[in-house]
Amino acid sequence: MHNKSVAELSRELESGKISSVELTRQFLGRLEKEDEQLNSFITITEEQALADAHAADEQRAAGKATPWTGVPFAHKDIFCTNGVATTCGSKMLANFVPPYDATVTENFRKAGAVCLGKTNMDEFAMGSSTESSYFGATANPWGLSQGEKRVPGGSSGGSAAAVAARLVPAATATDTGGSIRQPAALCGVTGLKPTYGRVSRYGMIAFASSLDQGGTMARTAEDNALMLNVMAGFDPKDSTSIDRDVPDYTATLNEPLTGLRIGLPKEYFAGNLSAAMEEQVRGAIREYEKLGATVKEVSLPHADLAIAAYYVIAPAEASANLSRFDGARYGYRCEDPKDLLDMYTRTRAEGFGTEVKRRILVGTYALSAGYFDAYYLKAQKVRRLIQQDFINAFKEVDVLMSPTTPSPAFTQGEKTSDPVTMYLEDVFTIAINLAGIPAMSVPAGFVDGLPVGLQIIGDYFSEARLLNAAHQFQQVTDWHQREPQ
Amino acid sequence: MQWDIVIGLEIHVQLATKTKIFSGSSTAYGAEPNTQANAVDLAMPGTLPVPNEQAFRYAVMFGLAVNAEIERRSVFERKNYFYPDLPKGYQTTQLERPIVGPGYVDIDLASGESKRVRIHHAHLEEDAGKSLHEDFHGMTGIDLNRAGTPLIEVVTEPDMTNADEAVAFAKKLHGIVTSLGICDGDMSQGSMRFDVNISLKPKGSDTLGTRTETKNLNSFRFMEQAIAHEVERQMDILEDGGTIVQETRLYNGDRDESRSMRTKEEANDYRYFPCPDLLPVEIDDAFIDEARNSLPELPDARKARFKEQYGLNDYDAGLLAGDSKLAAFFEAAADRGKDAKLASNWVQGEFSARLNAEEKSVADSPISGKQLGDLVVRIADNTISSAGAKKVFEALWAGENDSVDAIIDAKGLKQVSDTGELEKMVDEVLASMPDQVAQYQQESDPKKQKKMLGGFMGPLMKASKGQGNPKLFNEILVKKLGG
Repeated sequence: MHNKSVAELSRELESGKISSVELTRQFLGRLEKEDEQLNSFITITEEQALADAHAADEQRAAGKATPWTGVPFAHKDIFCTNGVATTCGSKMLANFVPPYDATVTENFRKAGAVCLGKTNMDEFAMGSSTESSYFGATANPWGLSQGEKRVPGGSSGGSAAAVAARLVPAATATDTGGSIRQPAALCGVTGLKPTYGRVSRYGMIAFASSLDQGGTMARTAEDNALMLNVMAGFDPKDSTSIDRDVPDYTATLNEPLTGLRIGLPKEYFAGNLSAAMEEQVRGAIREYEKLGATVKEVSLPHADLAIAAYYVIAPAEASANLSRFDGARYGYRCEDPKDLLDMYTRTRAEGFGTEVKRRILVGTYALSAGYFDAYYLKAQKVRRLIQQDFINAFKEVDVLMSPTTPSPAFTQGEKTSDPVTMYLEDVFTIAINLAGIPAMSVPAGFVDGLPVGLQIIGDYFSEARLLNAAHQFQQVTDWHQREPQ
Repeated sequence: MQWDIVIGLEIHVQLATKTKIFSGSSTAYGAEPNTQANAVDLAMPGTLPVPNEQAFRYAVMFGLAVNAEIERRSVFERKNYFYPDLPKGYQTTQLERPIVGPGYVDIDLASGESKRVRIHHAHLEEDAGKSLHEDFHGMTGIDLNRAGTPLIEVVTEPDMTNADEAVAFAKKLHGIVTSLGICDGDMSQGSMRFDVNISLKPKGSDTLGTRTETKNLNSFRFMEQAIAHEVERQMDILEDGGTIVQETRLYNGDRDESRSMRTKEEANDYRYFPCPDLLPVEIDDAFIDEARNSLPELPDARKARFKEQYGLNDYDAGLLAGDSKLAAFFEAAADRGKDAKLASNWVQGEFSARLNAEEKSVADSPISGKQLGDLVVRIADNTISSAGAKKVFEALWAGENDSVDAIIDAKGLKQVSDTGELEKMVDEVLASMPDQVAQYQQESDPKKQKKMLGGFMGPLMKASKGQGNPKLFNEILVKKLGG
């Protein structure tokens, strides 16, 4: 059962061959055992899951089942879940139990899905390796199968590892600079970051408000489509949510790709990745040509400015978003504060990890008097140029493709001493968030036994096309079906 | 050394929307602490703001009422600082593109002249919670009910030159926002709060001096006092050769003291940036037109109408029209009869004096405009004397009876105005006081004669058991005494 996709599990449940309760028991049993070495979950909600499974079976009996009824999955621990700890991977929220659901949480609840727990992540979504989590690092199952401690990527490393290890068929995730796509690539799973505004951010703990977007992670494009059907949609509680119809993302998965125009940004193939990686990625692109697509080179002239712009804008927004964590109303509070200032300073000194503090400081600096124009304002102007590059590119092609990451999964500790080397992990993914366009990572091969991801980038609201392109690729390749041992 | 005083005001106006500016919590005053603060107001993780359309409507109405340009694409910024009454650690406000642009308000000066006070801009922002320093054993209690209430902050140019002008402007603004119905104007509840920026410069100089800001004055009286206090403080420093420190000060009205809250050096760098959780708000012509069409009568228009409709003079019309509740009270009174001037005198006189003495606002008045109007009618038609009217007023105020006529009957205050009867009484009293009659008739100075009439009034009022119409008595006396 654990190898089945959401679509397959849905059919199993529909056929009556297995009940949701039985299915959930199986997944929980395996999860509890396997996660010892993986540490992909922060909280496992066994009782609630079984209760939800029971309710799902009743719904099915009453003829009210949806494709998701009774299907097990997990939420990245950044989505607020009513009555269940939501930690954001941080000591600051280790004891936080929200009395409300994120809209994404509510959507899955209404669809009848069964949440098995909350997955591990970089603290406050700041990171590319899940090593900064207060609850310890998550292991990449591919690394484990080679006897190595490798990172699953981040910040949605827990979701990616759990899906890769078949602990759940699907898990929600979020992407601010690459945090869905990069871990998906490193763990050999399929993930999608939708257009900014496509998925509600209400109840999704904020890191960088103009960049954060909730998205999907599963093993197949079809499962991603099923997830997006549940997650996407206008939410009046989120002022940045777009009021636009949600298509059935599964309906167009099988459209033929003949005539699909693929652009390869030359800046993303400029010798910033190993020959072995490039070979895998180009091999994947050749498959697309066999499917009828055409390929041409395009340019994103301001690509090299993306990381700099991002690491001004994201920390700036984060510095304000994280001001609410002060020990006053919820979450961690230092012991025996002497006075207000003492409570503020010690709570935040003790509650936040190093990378979070680093980014709050950078963000505060970039917004401060005398520096605002040179940093924040300038970065936003550069952002506009980066966005324009994509708009121009999409006049000539339908999608862009590139490697998702410059290298496969690195070892734990390899990039933690110099933050900038960690930031450079996002070199291919980050510009996408700045522009707000959607993008996916699709398993495209292996280098030294470690997965390689192909990034597919689309124009605003082109999720259906991306999923279609990914799905067709997955009909003629089997990278996405490989299982770590 | 002669000094020019330069005053600018910043006024926080709490909007009377049903719910908060970015959340659905109620804004009703007086609830138990922390019962009107939801997850968004508490800045719980993942919560997001959603703008209140009515707040924008009220802001646009305000802009139209002060002759200002309306910003078609206004933006919210985050103003960052830490304080326990500010849950998010930033206040959502407007900086670069406030909803209301430059405008003006004309005020009436005591001299009778009109002066234009320019408004620099007005912007929307969220109020913070309340800090309660008493009752918590040396700690401070935080009530977040108020956190998120919509405010319009009105910023004037430094166009005022003395406390009278500042108070006149403040009252005019109060009249405007209450007339519009966008604010309940209850300053004791903090619905309007004033910050005063004051600087001095040598008389005639073009260079502005260093200014100080005195915050959170919540009455016209305190504003007046605070201005006088600060001007004196600055003058003392400057005349001693010192320099003014640019700072924010707090004024204590009960003790007539002020102290420094923070200096410019200690001031926060607020690190303003556009709030990424809120989109720019686009206001179109239709929205503005709808707001314009919904504008109720404003003080200036009401004043003109009072002059025309009720024949009031400029001063009376201005005073009564300025406050919408007072204006409504006056109109209810005046409409009961035909003597608007008399109604105006009673509203401005006895009624206002009584409100002031009991520290009540018009809204708290125990009598209605209609009741006062009925009283005025009975004075005008001579049913009661002015002495009797005062007694009726007291009885109405005390709630002895709702009806003016019932009170008049109960207290036997109906005065006798039958000239036949009165003439008889005068004849009788004059007959009983032949010496005083002779004195009167022999007196050549009319002023002294007038004073002597008073001597007959006592006996006449006694003879009539207090019910004789004193005015008529007077007329009859003069006629009969001749001379």
